[in-house]
Amino acid sequence: MKRFLGFVRKEFYHIFRDKRSLFILFGMPVAQILLFGFAITNEINNVDIAVLNQSKDVNTQEITQKIDASKYFTIKRFLTSEKEIEEAFKKGDIKAVINFEKDFSEHLIKEGQGSIQILTDATDPNTASAITNYISSIIQSYQQQQNQGVQMDYQIHPEVRMVYNPELKSVFMFVPGVMTIILMLVSAMMTSISITREKELGTMEILLVSPLSSFQVIVGKVVPYIFLSMINAAIIIFLGITVFKMPIAGNLILLGLESVLFIITSLALGILISTMVKTQQTAMMISLMGLMLPVILLSGFIFPISSMPPPLQVISNIVPAKWFITIAKGIMLKGVGLGYLLKETLILIGMTVFFIALSIKKYKIRLE
Amino acid sequence: MKEENVIISKGLTKRFGGFTAVDAITFEVKKGEIFGFLGANGAGKTTAMKMLIGISNPTGGEAMVAGFDVHTQQDAIKKNIGYMSQKFALYDDLTVAENITFYGGIYGLSRKQIREKRTKLIETLGLGEIAHQLVGSLPLGWKQKLAFSVAMLHDPQIVFLDEPTGGVDPITRRQFWEMIYKAADKGTTIFVTTHYMDEAEYCHRVSIMVAGKIEALDTPKKLKEQFEVSSMNDVFLRLARNIE
Amino acid sequence: MKVIGYIIQKEFKQIFRNKGMLPIIFVLPLLQLLILSNAATYEVKNILFAYIDEDRSASSRELIEKFNASEYFDVKASYVNYKQASEAMLKGEVSVLLHIPQDFERNLVRYKKTDLSITIDAIDGAAAGVESGYINQIIQGFNKKIRLELLSFSNGNSKPVRIETIPSFWYNTTLDYKTFMVPGILVLLVTMITLFLSGMNIVREKEIGTLEQINVTPIRKGEFIIGKLFPFWVIGMGLLTIGLILAKLIFNTPMLGSIGLLYFYTSFYLLVILGMGLLISNYTDTQQQAMFIAWFFVVIFILMSGLFTPIESMPKWAQWFTELNPIKYFVEVVRMVMLKGAGFTDILPQLIKTLAYAFVLNVLAVWSYKKVS
Repeated sequence: MKRFLGFVRKEFYHIFRDKRSLFILFGMPVAQILLFGFAITNEINNVDIAVLNQSKDVNTQEITQKIDASKYFTIKRFLTSEKEIEEAFKKGDIKAVINFEKDFSEHLIKEGQGSIQILTDATDPNTASAITNYISSIIQSYQQQQNQGVQMDYQIHPEVRMVYNPELKSVFMFVPGVMTIILMLVSAMMTSISITREKELGTMEILLVSPLSSFQVIVGKVVPYIFLSMINAAIIIFLGITVFKMPIAGNLILLGLESVLFIITSLALGILISTMVKTQQTAMMISLMGLMLPVILLSGFIFPISSMPPPLQVISNIVPAKWFITIAKGIMLKGVGLGYLLKETLILIGMTVFFIALSIKKYKIRLE
Repeated sequence: MKEENVIISKGLTKRFGGFTAVDAITFEVKKGEIFGFLGANGAGKTTAMKMLIGISNPTGGEAMVAGFDVHTQQDAIKKNIGYMSQKFALYDDLTVAENITFYGGIYGLSRKQIREKRTKLIETLGLGEIAHQLVGSLPLGWKQKLAFSVAMLHDPQIVFLDEPTGGVDPITRRQFWEMIYKAADKGTTIFVTTHYMDEAEYCHRVSIMVAGKIEALDTPKKLKEQFEVSSMNDVFLRLARNIE
Repeated sequence: MKVIGYIIQKEFKQIFRNKGMLPIIFVLPLLQLLILSNAATYEVKNILFAYIDEDRSASSRELIEKFNASEYFDVKASYVNYKQASEAMLKGEVSVLLHIPQDFERNLVRYKKTDLSITIDAIDGAAAGVESGYINQIIQGFNKKIRLELLSFSNGNSKPVRIETIPSFWYNTTLDYKTFMVPGILVLLVTMITLFLSGMNIVREKEIGTLEQINVTPIRKGEFIIGKLFPFWVIGMGLLTIGLILAKLIFNTPMLGSIGLLYFYTSFYLLVILGMGLLISNYTDTQQQAMFIAWFFVVIFILMSGLFTPIESMPKWAQWFTELNPIKYFVEVVRMVMLKGAGFTDILPQLIKTLAYAFVLNVLAVWSYKKVS
């Protein structure tokens, strides 16, 4: 045990001596969470649009004003002909064009019906459909204003309640996601690289002939990273609460414990990677290329898993990050306790055991 | 024999901040000479050598290597010297033949020259059977001999060897020194650092560096006489103790 | 010039000899392109829907049937009370809950007005907004039908006005997310591979000691750098080519613009990435550090490229910041050329910025690369 502690201390020295790596290890997650917390949002805000008004009457001007007044849109310019639409889209500085038909007011008054075309640049379908929805609802509310006084019978009045995130803030959705990405990549990368580094430099052999068991060697290498990642997790949660006003509806200690579990899962994955490769370069490329995009895309961090094609929904189950994001959102936003997160927690534990068992097996094969 | 100095160092100095790693060393090395550059670990040998081979800028003093100035003509120096470092510097993931081709190529040898050299080298080293094996799979002794040959590939005037025989068995060391003698016979100057004192006996002249300064410089025989001892090992110990 | 050839030859040999690395360079990215392009969609489908029907009337059943018939909603369960239902929502089994109160139908007939309550799990705010839109549509449609059924006579003294909105989605009429994502993800993969490989390459030679050996040779620093980076430029171009072929064959991604123009732009874009890799190599001592820095920038570049979340929605300072993001330009150019058929003059602003970026980075990188300490 004493020998083992001495070894762990050596690993800590390694990490803390290297000021540059230390700065990277702590500075980068902080910079990222701040940057992303503010900047990553799929809310629609101040989108530049153009208006092609072929009737220039009272109603069209009122609608135009209403759209310009909303925080979602800024009318950047007015077009004079349909020819200009294509040009404007190709240049890419506006995302949508509102096209009022000729004699809009006249149609509206005489026939009770007017039509407005909403043209969107749908190269980004996400934004395009959001823009269409927002503009439609502004026009709907204008229509309701016009219809005030007209008696509407047999009205069903739905009352919609948004729970867990009533203001629909996307930062609440992204902070748990960013935290997951950082913990996963930092932990898995750091371990896989630091172990392969010793292999490559030949120092691993020296450690293995020491009286420490190979299990102790691996654990000793991993322990410092558990601490570092825990500090990282704490910093991220702290920034989430103070800077982004994330509610922690549930138990903070539970969140901490689940984070430790997830860190250990990631480290186990890192160990597994290191048993499969010979060089640091390969270890890095696997942990960077192999983990980065799947973790961003298949974890539910940005895109809802339930909307993916069924085969991808199945694949997403093997991404540990998916389970941790569910846990983090559950504790932070829904305020649930362990009882509700039992399945996710057990899956993470299961994955950890699996990674470690596989690593031990691979390791033994190599020694023989 | 005409005495021609191929390395001339006058007060060569390297400081890192307040620490003087190499303190105004002055010496000459003659053409065809095997010059031993001795010193304890951290005495400044490697730093001094790095200035001479043009990968470290001197803080002060002057030196000429193969007739070129280390301050201004580093590129010309590099064309005329070979270098083999204490770290093994061939590519493990290239074969023997590929390593030779690569280094020949970056020294600007023609394709024909490279082919001839490669064939000859593989033959003299007896590497015929393993010429197409990865260097990483060779035993250390063979790697070192190969590294030396590669450093000699472009027929440099001077070869700098930085602790070339570290970790090698006595038989291979012996063979290695035979290669060094052969090269010296052909007129190549050998500048070698080592901390094996028996190897120091093989050198024509040795200098001993202690704490950044050259404390002794002469033939092994004269040094032993001067310090009244029977081996270079004792010379070295005497010097180190005096300083302390 | 001949010297560069030897270095390039050596680099290629080393790359192709590393059997563990080859699949990572060529197979992994393409596999990800094929799989992950399907994942990146904001489209809201298969919404986990549950209801509490306390009315049990013909109308309430009809309304539920409407949700059942909708392609957006996936009716998971019905509950008898709110407590049970909110439990399910906490567990994440349900994301939209429709609560039909007692007397729903009676109130509608007798008082000509009735209430419904809907609860939406709004953690994903954007999806919640879309869900609420779908729900409204279904309820409005139902309402209209009911109204027509119940109104025996037209109450014609004043007719409500109706404004029809006709959406028209340009360049991607079916709102196919893959059309949008495939070029973007391809760009990410090309960037990541070239940046990681070039960023680690020189520092790797530093670490194993061969760089010192190279430094004592008379090779010029420019020759060495070009020889080192050229293979990665080729790999980047190669990946782009394979990726484009897959995009065409498997996703049938439209390619309206000139492919030549795309290659022309990419050839300069890769210089930015390689210059960045070299710069990282110069300022680090170990592969571990190099990789961490590369990782840091790549994560920022990816998430702030406008690929997954729109740049227009970012705060002004962040939008300004994205001007420094090379991936943003590449994403823009790829989309403009492939999906909109943009020509040389359309992408000129991006091209100029990319060229300037490449110039600055490479000058910095070459200047900071030191053969002599």
